[in-house]
Amino acid sequence: MTPLARADVAVLGGGIHGCSAALHCALRGLSVVVVEKDSVARHASGVNAGGVRRLGRHPAEIPISDYSMKLWRNIAELVDDDCGFQRAPQIKVAESDAELESLAERARMVRGLGFEHEELLDRARLRELLPAVAGHCVGGLASMDDGFAIPYVTTFAFQRKAQSLGVRFFEQTRALDLQRDGTAWRLETDRGAVEAETLVNCGGAWGNLVAARLGEPAPVEAIAPMMLVTARLPAFCTAVVGATGRPLSFKQMPNGTVVIGGGRRGVADPATDRSDLRFAELRLTAQTAAEVFPIMAGATIVRGWAGIEGRMPDDIPVIGPSTRAERVFHAFGFSAHGFQLGPGVGAILAELVATGATQAPIAPFSIGRFAAPGGQAAG
Amino acid sequence: MRCDLAVIGAGPAGLAAATRAAEAGLSVELFDEQPAPGGQIYRAIESVPAPRRELLGPDYAAGAALASAFRASGAGYHPGALVWNVDATLAVDFSRDGRSRQCRARAVVVATGAIERPTPLPGWTLPGVTGAGALQILLKAQGLVPSEPVVLAGSGPLLLLLADQLTRAGAPPKAVVETVPRGRLLAAAKHLPAALRAPGYLAKGLKMLRALKAAGVPLHRGATDLAIEGGERAEALSFTAGGRRHRLEAGLIALHQGVVPNQQVTRLLRCAHRWSGSQRCFLPVLDDWCESSVEGVFVAGDGAGIGGAASAALRGRLAALGALRRLRGDVAEDEAAGLRRDLARDGAVRPLLEALYAPSEQVLAPADDTLVCRCEEVTAGQLRQSVALGCPGPNQAKSFLRCGMGPCQGRFCGLAVTEIIAAARGEPQQEIDYYRIRPPLKPLPLAELAAFEADEDAA
Amino acid sequence: MLTRIRSEAREPGGGSEAGGTLRFTFDGREMTGRAGDSVAAALLAGGVLRFRDSAVAGAPRGPFCLMGVCFECLVEIDGQGNCQACMVPLAEGMTVRSQSGGPQVVAPAAGRRAPGQGETT
Repeated sequence: MTPLARADVAVLGGGIHGCSAALHCALRGLSVVVVEKDSVARHASGVNAGGVRRLGRHPAEIPISDYSMKLWRNIAELVDDDCGFQRAPQIKVAESDAELESLAERARMVRGLGFEHEELLDRARLRELLPAVAGHCVGGLASMDDGFAIPYVTTFAFQRKAQSLGVRFFEQTRALDLQRDGTAWRLETDRGAVEAETLVNCGGAWGNLVAARLGEPAPVEAIAPMMLVTARLPAFCTAVVGATGRPLSFKQMPNGTVVIGGGRRGVADPATDRSDLRFAELRLTAQTAAEVFPIMAGATIVRGWAGIEGRMPDDIPVIGPSTRAERVFHAFGFSAHGFQLGPGVGAILAELVATGATQAPIAPFSIGRFAAPGGQAAG
Repeated sequence: MRCDLAVIGAGPAGLAAATRAAEAGLSVELFDEQPAPGGQIYRAIESVPAPRRELLGPDYAAGAALASAFRASGAGYHPGALVWNVDATLAVDFSRDGRSRQCRARAVVVATGAIERPTPLPGWTLPGVTGAGALQILLKAQGLVPSEPVVLAGSGPLLLLLADQLTRAGAPPKAVVETVPRGRLLAAAKHLPAALRAPGYLAKGLKMLRALKAAGVPLHRGATDLAIEGGERAEALSFTAGGRRHRLEAGLIALHQGVVPNQQVTRLLRCAHRWSGSQRCFLPVLDDWCESSVEGVFVAGDGAGIGGAASAALRGRLAALGALRRLRGDVAEDEAAGLRRDLARDGAVRPLLEALYAPSEQVLAPADDTLVCRCEEVTAGQLRQSVALGCPGPNQAKSFLRCGMGPCQGRFCGLAVTEIIAAARGEPQQEIDYYRIRPPLKPLPLAELAAFEADEDAA
Repeated sequence: MLTRIRSEAREPGGGSEAGGTLRFTFDGREMTGRAGDSVAAALLAGGVLRFRDSAVAGAPRGPFCLMGVCFECLVEIDGQGNCQACMVPLAEGMTVRSQSGGPQVVAPAAGRRAPGQGETT
């Protein structure tokens, strides 16, 4: 039977990471096919809060986040679209002296690692940056040269740029089975087989399905981070804001709408691709927003939503080669903070695919960390 | 708050469903956004002064019996209540008097009725341009009529009915401009024998036409290329008819291209919908008992497909029987069969109306520079361009262009967006589908959400 | 402009009892409506067609559907923005303001508002 497609690289998953990996592989001259069970950017990549943030990252993520940031600053050169990217400070607000002290400790730790982007803000400096912040907030931690972008516009731009370089996207195409066939992978889908020398698994909340096929299960939990957006408000906040002691992420878009997220979770069902909101929880998000920014008490919620995302138990992603199979590379389970990493991780994956190695410090993200002791895969 | 059956909407379908279910002993709570029962069709039916009721005609007055039966039924009633979410467990979140609470139901009847089909035309966002339904609501609810020239334009029975009612109220329109193409009547005529089975509709239509003629209201037929002119507000309607361009000066212009189901709640609940080629809109997929693809969710009235007020009440009763069957195993086959017979008879006129008054090509395929999404001000051309870039459907176009992201949540652009993308991609509307609808169904003050009382707290 | 039909044209008595006259303000201007009016109906009856400026282009807008669907009649009522004027019954003494949906800059620290900016929040 004639396969649906043949290529150097088959990417599973049409989120930001899959589209970025596909684009960067194409930039290296490889032929690429992307297989996506829904449509591109259908889940977390299209509906996240859009933060482009280095601030507050797990120490292992800081180097790749910093690298990705360099790509974001010239994003239009990469994908021919500005992706709605705006440079803006990211600020974590301390609501108590104890919280401020924990942020100070964090700032010292990051500097100790040799990174300069996080700086502590005192009460006065916080108010310079966030005039509308509530009176009880005592300071904060900032990364002044971070920003935000529009998630769907971004992922769609990566797709289009990849397509312009010859990448073929098979959307509404579900991967069913996976076999190593001589020197190539044969991916059976509900629309036919895809043959490729290399497989890149960017399956997000579904990334564990591919890994499990390879005998290296990864404990991905499907989560549904919830978000709210308001009707337009007068401009009062130019930074992306988070809280320290409770879940909140908060930003005002250039059009005046305010996107409120921060990690409170709805109900995710990856089997049906369905996510539902829990307003008993979103009520707390609304409370927090109004407490940190009193001006929000008069805001109007226009819409709430949630996207399905994959979370790892240690809250950092799986990135790197399979420990069980040849020519398979993983990048999934970004645990609700993968959007900013997309441009950079795609480039790292392409480097791995093309050269078999990378200078990027990705060892902490190995899927091997979930292997059972004794080298046998768990489960 | 808990109940057996939550009914959303107090039009004929909701009133009939709540009444029938309460009479059978179910605990029923009815939520309605309006301050009084009746829906849009029987707006202000309990309080309307006698002279106004008279001029609105006997079809309108018939709503009084439904309202009084509902009042006597023992069903719980929450006027002024906005249902802003119904979740998968059938918990109904609603806002009333600035406070949001929850009612857990075992079954839900969605009786949220119809909305006017979006009519994207040049100038349709100018103040002074309204839906025809809007002028009828002002007449029914407040006894208000235009005191300056008004032109009614478009297609559908409501256009003639409104012209007739305004005339009888002493404020005849300056003109009625029909977009029904010449020759359409001939094509629709094959449905005429069936339509004659439905009681009275055709006779009423002809009577209205005669009355308009007698009142000297000009009727322009076969109009195309409508455009509303004006700067700060509407000043004139221009159009082509009879081979030449016309320009009618008017400060009020009422547009109409028929009505379509209000699908916000059924979409929110992810009920299956199918495209109706004859009604040119999506309809929820229902079984013989008005139950949707989601167990326990019933749809009655025009929200289940346009059938008019008489059919709405019949379907409301049928949905109540469906809920009784689902919740208690009571199977009222005989009563249901009778209702289905009545529905078939009353609905016999629909194929004729649907064929005759199919929406005009101009609103289905608006010109590139016509605004389609009024809230976020997105044009038909921008939509076509997004398709050219690769946007496969309404949800991607929404994320890309913000169309449908404003406060109306796509109510006023959704069907037009589906049509435009379907045409641009050369795919059927069923495949293109519709916006995913997200809660809250209507904008909600953040402070009210912060104080939201979910059922677990109230218990 | 709109007017009451002939049989109801007579001005009702004062006070806020059923059928009575209700006083309210729109952008500071004194207006009256009747019990049973929605805010939108009272504004239309008082000759107001333009309720707000659109969020993107700042173009004039007024009610389209009057049944809670189109959100063109959004106004600020007693300090709460984004109210559907067609869905809110008129009440005695309401303060109604037209709404301008754009993101005009304010300087919250000083409590100043940019020219033309209503009290949107």
